[in-house]
Amino acid sequence: MYPTLSMLLTQAAEHEAVGGGGFEPFFPGLIVLLPLLGFAVNGVLALMHASRSARAVRAGGELELNGPHGRPATHTLPSLVGPGVLLISFILAAVNFTRMLGVELHEPVVIHYWTWMSTGTFEVAAALQLDQLSMVMMMVVTLVSFLIHVFSVGYMRDDPGYPRYFAYLNLFVFFMLVLVMGSSYALMFVGWEGVGLCSYLLIGFWFSDREKADAGKKAFVVNRIGDFGFLVAMFFLYVTFGTLDFVPIFEGASHELVYGGGLVTAITLFFFMGATGKSAQIPLYIWLPDAMAGPTPVSALIHAATMVTAGVYLVARSSVLFALSPVGSATVATVGVLTALLAATIALKQNDIKKVLAYSTVSQLGYMFVGVGVGAYAAGIFHLMTHAFFKALLFLGSGAVIHSMHHALHHTHSHADAQDMRNMGGLRKYLPITWIVMWVATLAISGVWPFAGFFSKDEIIWQIAAFGGSEHAPYPALYTFIWVLALVTAMLTAFYMTRLMVMTFHGSNRTGDEESHHLHEAPPVMWVPLAVLAVLSAFGGWINVPEAVQESLMGFNGVLPMTEWLHEWLHPVTAAAMAVQEANLGEMSHSAPFGGGEVAWGLISTLLALGIVVVSFRVVGRWDVKPADQDAEPTGFARVLYNKWYVDELYDAVIVRPLVGASRFCWRVIDAGVIDGVVNAVGYVARGLGWFGSLFQTGTVNTYAFILSLGVLVILGAVLF
Amino acid sequence: MNGALIVSSILFVIGTFGVLVRRNAIIMFLCIELQLNAVNLAFVAFSRMWGIDGQVFVFFVMTVAAAEAAVGLAIIISIFRHYETVNVDNFNLLKW
Repeated sequence: MYPTLSMLLTQAAEHEAVGGGGFEPFFPGLIVLLPLLGFAVNGVLALMHASRSARAVRAGGELELNGPHGRPATHTLPSLVGPGVLLISFILAAVNFTRMLGVELHEPVVIHYWTWMSTGTFEVAAALQLDQLSMVMMMVVTLVSFLIHVFSVGYMRDDPGYPRYFAYLNLFVFFMLVLVMGSSYALMFVGWEGVGLCSYLLIGFWFSDREKADAGKKAFVVNRIGDFGFLVAMFFLYVTFGTLDFVPIFEGASHELVYGGGLVTAITLFFFMGATGKSAQIPLYIWLPDAMAGPTPVSALIHAATMVTAGVYLVARSSVLFALSPVGSATVATVGVLTALLAATIALKQNDIKKVLAYSTVSQLGYMFVGVGVGAYAAGIFHLMTHAFFKALLFLGSGAVIHSMHHALHHTHSHADAQDMRNMGGLRKYLPITWIVMWVATLAISGVWPFAGFFSKDEIIWQIAAFGGSEHAPYPALYTFIWVLALVTAMLTAFYMTRLMVMTFHGSNRTGDEESHHLHEAPPVMWVPLAVLAVLSAFGGWINVPEAVQESLMGFNGVLPMTEWLHEWLHPVTAAAMAVQEANLGEMSHSAPFGGGEVAWGLISTLLALGIVVVSFRVVGRWDVKPADQDAEPTGFARVLYNKWYVDELYDAVIVRPLVGASRFCWRVIDAGVIDGVVNAVGYVARGLGWFGSLFQTGTVNTYAFILSLGVLVILGAVLF
Repeated sequence: MNGALIVSSILFVIGTFGVLVRRNAIIMFLCIELQLNAVNLAFVAFSRMWGIDGQVFVFFVMTVAAAEAAVGLAIIISIFRHYETVNVDNFNLLKW
C-alpha cells in the first residue's frame, strides 16, 4: 500500500488500530505531519528569501529588513507558519491526551499507515504508537517547542537567515515526534538520526563562523559513535525476535531473554551506548557544551528540553530489557551519576552563561539516567518533563539576557563577550521579568520545595535508596555510592545555579555606563513564553507527589487531588519491567542507606538545597567579580575545572591524534605508496609493451608487405601441413 | 591444366617478389596487378574442372582491379606532386 497524504489526514480509527480499549485517536498522523508541512513551507520561503538576498547583493546592496517597504514577505510569513503549525499540533496532542485520560488503556494503540519496507521476513511499518509514555512525550515536545518557537520570533527577528531557521526548527520537531511516536525501533532510529541532522544544521546555523560550523561537525561525529551502538542493539533484537516492533518485543522479552543473561546485557549496553551519544553522557558528552554555538532558542529546544532526552526516553521505552539486565541498569545508573557529578563540577567554574547551563543540562541528564537505571522509569520521565520546563526556561531566560546584552554592546560598538557573566551583573534592574522567572527556574533546578525540580529530583534520589536497599539488590554498595554522589551533585547544582544568578542579575553592573543605557527588557513575544514556562516550572511537579510526601506538610496535607499521578499514568508502560523487577529483586527498601524515610529525606534535601542557595547567594554576592578583559586566569584546582578537567585535550591526545596519525599513515604509505604504486606499475608495464610493439611500425611499405607475405605463408603452411 | 597452374604460380611469385623488392611505387603497383592476373589465370584454369564459378570470379577480380588501379594511380600521382619522387623508402611518416 502506498502512502498518500489523505491516509495521514484521515481519522486513525478507520485504519486498523491494534489494542485500545475505547480510546479513539484524534488525527494522530496530523500531529507529526504538521511540523513537516511547516518545514516544507518555510523551506520554500527560505529558498525564495535566499535568492532575493542574492539578487540584492548582486545589485550592490543587501536585502533591507527595515526598508521603506517593510520587511519582505519571506521574512514575515515564517513567524506565522513556524509557531502556528506547532500550536495546532499541540492542540491535537492535547485532544488525544484528554481522550486517553478518559479511558482505561492497558495496551498501546498502534496505528498502521503503510508498510515502509518489507524484505523477506523483515518488515517495518510506518506506524505510530500511542500509549501513556508517547503521550507524555508528545505533550512535552509540542508544548515546549511551541513556546520556544514563539520566543524565537522575537529572538531571531533581525537575523538574515530567519526563514531557514524556522524551516530547520520545524523539521526538528517533526523528527522528534517521529522518535517518540514511532512504533518500532526502526522508526525511532529514523527520528533519532533526523534530530541529529537538525541539531547539526542548527548548531552550525551561523556557518560562516568557522568555529560554529566545527561545533556542528563535532556534534555530528560524536553522535555517530553512539548511533553505531543503537544499530548493533537493533541487530541483536532482530536476530532474537525477528522484528523491531515494540509490542511483540516487549511481550516476548520475559520469555525469550534470560534475566541477567549475556544477550540482554549486550542489547542494553549497546542501546545505552546510543543513549550516551544522543543524551551527552560520559564518555560522549563533549559535544553538548560546544553545541552552544547555535542560537540560544535552539540550545533551549534541542540541547536541553527535547533531543538530548531521547536517550532517557529510549531507556524508559525499553524498560523491560533494562529490568532484565542488572548489569545494564547498573551501568546506566553509574554512568549517569558520574556524568552528573563531573558536569556539575565543571559548571562551577564556567563564565559563559550558556556553558554553565550546558553543563547543568549534562548533569541533569545524568540524574535522569540514574532514575531509569534504578528501575524508576516513571521518575526518570518525570524529571525529563520538569527539566524540559525549567531548563528551557533557563536557556530562554539566558537568551533574553544575551539578546539585551548584544543590543547594548552593539550600540556602543563594544567587542566584549555578550555571553560572559563577568561582563554582566546587576541586570535585575533592566530585565525584571527575566530576573523573576530565572529565579523560579533556579529554585526548581536546585530542588527547593515546592518547585517542580524538588519532586522529580527527590523522587530519583529516593528511588536509588529504595532500589539499592531492596532484598536482592545486585550491588548494594554501588547504589549507596550512587546515592551519596547524587546528593552531592544536588548540592553542587544549587551552588552553581545561584552563582549564575548572582553574577548575572545581582551585584553591581559591569557592562559599562554607556552600555547600561541600552539594556532593556525583552519584548512580550519573548517574555510571555518565559512566564508560561515559569508557571510550569513552579507547579509542574505537583502531578507526581509521592504518596508518603502527600500526607505530610510538603504535600499540602493531602490537599492536592492527585498522588503519584504520572507514576500511575505510566504504569501500563512500565508494568512488565516492574513485574520483572519484583520477581527478581523482592521488596523495595523503605529507608535510605543511613536511615530515614522518604519524607525525612525530602525535608533534608530541600532544606539543604535552600540552605546552599541562601549561603552561596551571600558568598558569591561578596565576590569581587571583574569584567572578562580584566579578570585573571584561574589557578590551581579552579583552573582544572575551568578547563573542563582537560577532557577535550585528553580525547584529542588519546583518540583524535592517533586517528589522524593512522589516517596519515594510510594516506601517505598505504594509499600513495602501495595502492597508487600498483596502479602506476600496471601503467608502466602497458607503456613498455606498447613501446616494444611500436618497433614493428617502421612506416615503410615494404616491411609491411614482407611481414604480410610471411604471415600468409605461415598460415598456409599451418593449414597444409 | 597443370601448365596453366604452373604459369599462374610463376607469375604470382614474380609479382610477390616485385612487390617486396622494388622501391618504385609504380613498379610495385604493376607487380600487384601481376599477382591479381596470376590468380585470374588460376581461376580460369580451375573453372574447367569445377564449372563456371571461377570465370565469374575473374570478372569480379577485374572490376576490383580496375577500381584499385584508378585509386592507386591517383594516390601515386598526388604523392609525386608532393615529394617529386615515387620511391616508397621516402614515405615512412605513418608510424607510431
